[in-house]
Amino acid sequence: MKNIFAVAGVVIKELYRRKDFYVLFIVTILICVVMASINIYNDAHIVRYLKEICLDLIWLCTLVIAVTTTARQIPAERENRTLLPLLAKPLTRVQLILGKFLGCWLACGLTLLCFYAFFGALSASREHQLPVANYFQAALLHWFMLGIIVAFALLGSLIFAAPSSNATICFVLIGGIMFVGRNLDRVALTLREPTRTIVYWLYFVIPHLEFYDMRDLVVHNWPTVPWLYFGLALLYAVFYMGVFLIGACLVFRRKAVN
Amino acid sequence: MTAILRTEKLRVEYRSREMRQATKVALSGLDLEVGAGEIFGFLGPNGAGKTTTMNVLLGFVPPTSGSAYLFGIDVRQPIARQRIGYLPELTYYYKFLTAEELLRYYAKIFGLSRAEMNRRIPELLKLVELEHAAKRPIKSYSKGMQQRVGLAQALINNPDLLVLDEPTSGLDPVGRMKVREIIQRLKNEGKTVFFSSHELGEVESVCDRVAIIHQGELKAIGRVAEITGKHANLEQAFLALIGYQMQPAS
Repeated sequence: MKNIFAVAGVVIKELYRRKDFYVLFIVTILICVVMASINIYNDAHIVRYLKEICLDLIWLCTLVIAVTTTARQIPAERENRTLLPLLAKPLTRVQLILGKFLGCWLACGLTLLCFYAFFGALSASREHQLPVANYFQAALLHWFMLGIIVAFALLGSLIFAAPSSNATICFVLIGGIMFVGRNLDRVALTLREPTRTIVYWLYFVIPHLEFYDMRDLVVHNWPTVPWLYFGLALLYAVFYMGVFLIGACLVFRRKAVN
Repeated sequence: MTAILRTEKLRVEYRSREMRQATKVALSGLDLEVGAGEIFGFLGPNGAGKTTTMNVLLGFVPPTSGSAYLFGIDVRQPIARQRIGYLPELTYYYKFLTAEELLRYYAKIFGLSRAEMNRRIPELLKLVELEHAAKRPIKSYSKGMQQRVGLAQALINNPDLLVLDEPTSGLDPVGRMKVREIIQRLKNEGKTVFFSSHELGEVESVCDRVAIIHQGELKAIGRVAEITGKHANLEQAFLALIGYQMQPAS
């Protein structure tokens, strides 16, 4: 485990020494503060729009951080040749993959913590209430969803050598899953065989990221999701993280690193 | 002589991505044995198979056939790398880390205790003359400084065997001399050093034994004096062994 934590520690160090996170965080704060200072159309429920915009920005920024940070991990190690001295040490390839995953996932967790703390402060200042349980569920589910994305991007980084192509493919696929994935079963009904079966099959194979979207719950201050379903959603995420990580380990296991 | 490093009929083939091209043989039945406390020079022209041999020894590339052992352990087992240090050619270490942080990172992977790290890291930074730059990010280092930090990371676990891939490549004469002094010091400490180089003068001055490889085949192995033989120096012997025909001056 110590090897995995050592690798993860360097990934986290990289995130807070690079400017990406700070730029996205400051941009989010600026947009939200500007939005909070104006009251468009004198609407009494303007705070809901403000919360929605702020949450959308958080989703976008954390998605960008998760994909771009993960996509460059292994390719950068290969390009700078730091993979060679690293693997010349008693560090297995599985430990390296797990360390990179853990580092990226924890880094996403830290980023989320900062964003949600800001979001909580902003909405509490306008609504004079802080539904902690809602925020906890939203943030934790969001973090586990990022875990799936990180594991997926890590697998992609071992298949596509260039970080930019991997990041683009990840954004397209994740966007597709988020916006289209939930409707694939209904799309299948309109199709003929064998396409129908293929689309149905696809519907059950892809990770359903919409399970982790708690934005409406937070925006409208709805009651919390039953804790059993909440726990099942976390287990579902762990399953997909495992699938993608096993895939990454299998791809990396026999890959020549010269 | 106890063999620290051993290869038996090592063969590596690369399959070309282009369909019409035949399989490329990078190593063809290489037999090597390096004893404890030796400084062993591994020579060959570009593309001869030196780096491929090192890649197999370090477990980066699986051999097509044959076997390789470090300390008697098959190189495919990570534990074989517990007592080795490796300096690759042209590595750009993590720009966002300082030399001290980089060494601490690698020390953690070797499982060094905190007390051991606190003793070993300043010692190594002093050895490679980087104490003054220990807290500066690596991105601000010159090429020579990067090569020296690479040498320090290779020594972090106080290895019994050092594998150095062209350690003086791209260094100025002062940098080369410093690396040579460090290799000599390691020899005095009883370490085994296996290194590849194109600097034949340097090899002649520091190596106990050398091996010359060409097109994946071992052409000669032995003491420098044995290989030089009737030739004027190691360079002449090297050129003769790889079949280089000197053009007469017009």
